[in-house]
Amino acid sequence: MVSGLLSLVVWIPIAGLVVLLALPRGQVRAIRVVALVTTLADFLASVWAAAAFDFSQAGTLQLTEQTRWIPSLGVTYHLAADGLSLPLVLLTTILTVLCVIYSWRVDLRPKEYMILFLLLETGMLGVFLALDFFLFYVFWEVSLIPMYFIIGIWGGPRRIYAAIKFFLYTLVGSLAMLLSILIVYFHSSPRTFDMVALFQQKPLAGDLHLAVLAFWGFFLAFAIKVPMFPFHTWLPDAHVEAPTAGSVLLAAILLKLGTYGFVRILLPLLPAAFHALAGMVAVLAAIAAVYGALVAMAQTDLKKLVAYSSVNHMGYVMLGVAAAAAAQGQPALRNAATIALNGATMQMLAHGVITGALFFLVGVIYDYRAHTRGVNDFGGLWERLPVYTGMTMLAMLASLGLPGLMGFVAEFSIFLGAYQIYPAFTVAALAGVVITVAFFLWTIYRIFWGPLNARWAALPDLDGRETWTLAPLAALMIAVGLYPAPLVGTINAAMIEIMSLVR
Amino acid sequence: MDLRPLIPELTLGLLALGLVVLDLVAPPEDKRIVGWAAIAGLIVALFPSLLQVSGGSVLAIYDTYAVDPFAGFFKVVAIVSGILVIGAGLEFFRDHPTAHEGDIYVLIVFMVLGLAAMAAAADLIVLFLAIEWVSLISYVLAGSLKADRKSSEAGIKYFFYGAAASAVMLYGFSYLYGAAGTTNLYALAGRLRTAPPGFLVVAAVLILAGLGFKISAVPFHQWTPDVYEGAPTPIVAFLSVASKAAGFAALLRVLYVALPPGAWIGIVAAVATVSMSLGNLLALSQGNIKRMLAYSSIAHAGYMLIGVVAISAAPGVLGSGISALLFYLAGYVFTNVGAFSVAIAVARATGSDAIADYAGLGQRSPLAAAAMGAFMLALTGIPPTALFWGKVFLFSAAIESGFLWLAIVGILNSVVSLYYYVGVIRAMWQMPPAQPATADGRTEGEITPPVIETPLLRAVLAVTTAGAVVPGFFPDALVRLAQTASLLLKL
Repeated sequence: MVSGLLSLVVWIPIAGLVVLLALPRGQVRAIRVVALVTTLADFLASVWAAAAFDFSQAGTLQLTEQTRWIPSLGVTYHLAADGLSLPLVLLTTILTVLCVIYSWRVDLRPKEYMILFLLLETGMLGVFLALDFFLFYVFWEVSLIPMYFIIGIWGGPRRIYAAIKFFLYTLVGSLAMLLSILIVYFHSSPRTFDMVALFQQKPLAGDLHLAVLAFWGFFLAFAIKVPMFPFHTWLPDAHVEAPTAGSVLLAAILLKLGTYGFVRILLPLLPAAFHALAGMVAVLAAIAAVYGALVAMAQTDLKKLVAYSSVNHMGYVMLGVAAAAAAQGQPALRNAATIALNGATMQMLAHGVITGALFFLVGVIYDYRAHTRGVNDFGGLWERLPVYTGMTMLAMLASLGLPGLMGFVAEFSIFLGAYQIYPAFTVAALAGVVITVAFFLWTIYRIFWGPLNARWAALPDLDGRETWTLAPLAALMIAVGLYPAPLVGTINAAMIEIMSLVR
Repeated sequence: MDLRPLIPELTLGLLALGLVVLDLVAPPEDKRIVGWAAIAGLIVALFPSLLQVSGGSVLAIYDTYAVDPFAGFFKVVAIVSGILVIGAGLEFFRDHPTAHEGDIYVLIVFMVLGLAAMAAAADLIVLFLAIEWVSLISYVLAGSLKADRKSSEAGIKYFFYGAAASAVMLYGFSYLYGAAGTTNLYALAGRLRTAPPGFLVVAAVLILAGLGFKISAVPFHQWTPDVYEGAPTPIVAFLSVASKAAGFAALLRVLYVALPPGAWIGIVAAVATVSMSLGNLLALSQGNIKRMLAYSSIAHAGYMLIGVVAISAAPGVLGSGISALLFYLAGYVFTNVGAFSVAIAVARATGSDAIADYAGLGQRSPLAAAAMGAFMLALTGIPPTALFWGKVFLFSAAIESGFLWLAIVGILNSVVSLYYYVGVIRAMWQMPPAQPATADGRTEGEITPPVIETPLLRAVLAVTTAGAVVPGFFPDALVRLAQTASLLLKL
């Protein structure tokens, strides 16, 4: 086994960033090539890490690297991957490559643009791989700053408002989390910031009062990032104003930082507190599922529609997580909880792939063709853009959970598991699925069927670069949809391990 | 009398006297040489002080003067800020010709000496003399641009506020002397044990008025925005870090050594809360970078006061309020002087201190803008910066000593502060530079010239950026230093 593989994955983007800093501004082509080569190299490094990963032991943390970082505080540089983080890392590296390909035509300050994307990539990968609270926190914050600039400089007309709103919301959450990290640290013995050790110790297990307080700190950070109802109001603004590649990473990866935090940290660290508040989380999740779908249905702006559908889909994820938390201390429900948690993790990946594709598709029509996102402005596009129509329909059908595509596997597991724990909330959330089916079909109808709007008679279909951006995602939707077993097996092993810590 | 413990002070004193002579003989058109000589001399003077940080503790000059790692740390802080500030001053006075340029550098070195004495004073009278020494020089420096009405106003305002604050503090000292019959801090500690608590609270409040003025804590802060706006920018940078640091040194020594915690802990916690909240709220609406940094400096005094309040019984590395405060101060020196240096450079180019005139700086002067961006994020407490760890340490000290609510107040305030710090970042990168558009929509030339990045400015920015950011990645050395220095001489 090669050691340092995960460090390689985390730090390759920074190496590319340094090269970019040295390049003169005018060398636009060289800048793009360096960015592409860096992200591709990082993707290959993550594939290498996956090859070195022992999938038969996907529940245990592997490829571990642990060295002292700040000895006087006991803070370590601790990276490791398991069946939960490895797929998310792969998703991150793939999507960043696709974002660079898609952004080839960004002409406004390309140097800064690519530098920020590479910095963002390191931040996101670091969050998924860090197993020391301070390392985790630093990466968490590092992923915040580039996104602020990406929205704030390359965004739409209301970018300044959207960017600062995004920054303020997430900073409230992260500072609350910092407080909780410190509370947990001061009650651990021996005192440590190492997550693995803290999951075993469960420092606040004896003091439910304090545990609930610490829970709220973490909850605020993760719930704002997810975003859960009622903390979701930054999301439509950020998504609508962000440039296409920014929206893609925001939806596909940054939202997952929140759900990942719930699964990786809150479930094993504060199971009793989470158990006590699982009902509240489930209620908020069910509200998000239904409310997100209803609001999405009312949108005429395609980007906003996809943004609200994210609120709805993340509601499903949180329902699965809440169900798992509710099963703490009840061995009879352990199995159902694991299924729900499998579904939740699967949904993180599925939503990443599908919604990532959807935001690309919105960008394709908005950035370089119609320059409008009004759902009602289109009509009959399939005549002119058959490939685009096919891709969009595939992604939308996958998003609404059509069997045989990636989204179905995830949603089915969530509802199967959650029903045995929270039947009422599950039924309520299922109403969200029905609405989702309705609005996506309605959207497909409005954009692609009917008579061709004469304004769009001259639109060209996808060009090569756009096809290259979308084909890998489409392939993933179909492949995982048809044959989910390997991925589900990997996730399942990790979830069994996490559920064994929820005691 | 053994003079060896006083080597740092003697070095500084000789340096200052030598500079006076140099200033006399230097030709009027080339007073910059005094500044360069001062920098060189201060770098030499740094070493004996550094040795004291890891040295032992003794009382010198008939027990009135403490030589301990704690004072050593503050001497280092004063000297380092002096070096950086004179560097920034050499940049600033290129555009603000004054006959007194040489005198200003000399006065800065004299003030460094006074600041060192403030940190080391172990006797109320020595402390008062040191504070007056520093204050008088500050008033002169604040008003040193005599042709500039705002600078004169700043000097006068600072003088009146300062004189009143000193008088009140002296009155407080007289209470302590009346109760204990001694002015020695270490002797006071024993004799005040039997004093009535209410009496001590009054004395503590009166003393806080004087030292609160120096650290610009609410409600003794009113001078801050006006002086910051009017005084020459390098002097403001010096006041905002060195004067504040020495104020904290004196505050810590008086409160920790002489007075029982019960007499002041509640009051200081309240002052911390009000300073943070008021400073941040008032900073929100500032359009002038120097006024914004003034309110920010009030807010930061509030954060640092958390470290004064957080006395925990058996603090670990995380949880000691005093070492958290020292760490924070060290990071704050570099961050704040750096921010003021960028402000000097921008004002040189645009002739304005308005934040709105930072528009497009990210395009025009990417290096200065990147440094400013780092300082603003550091002041917010975003990792990986020194002040991020500083905040972590302060908040953990608060939690460890049972002041969770104070940590929560600090966190809420950090969120508020993001808004105005990001305002500068927004201007630099998100606002287009002010350009006159010609009829065909294209822009023709830039009305705002780029920042002139002289080698000196680059050096100052490189040092301050490194000091603000490197401890964010590798805080270990500074943590150890702060821990050693937190050993206040206790008898």
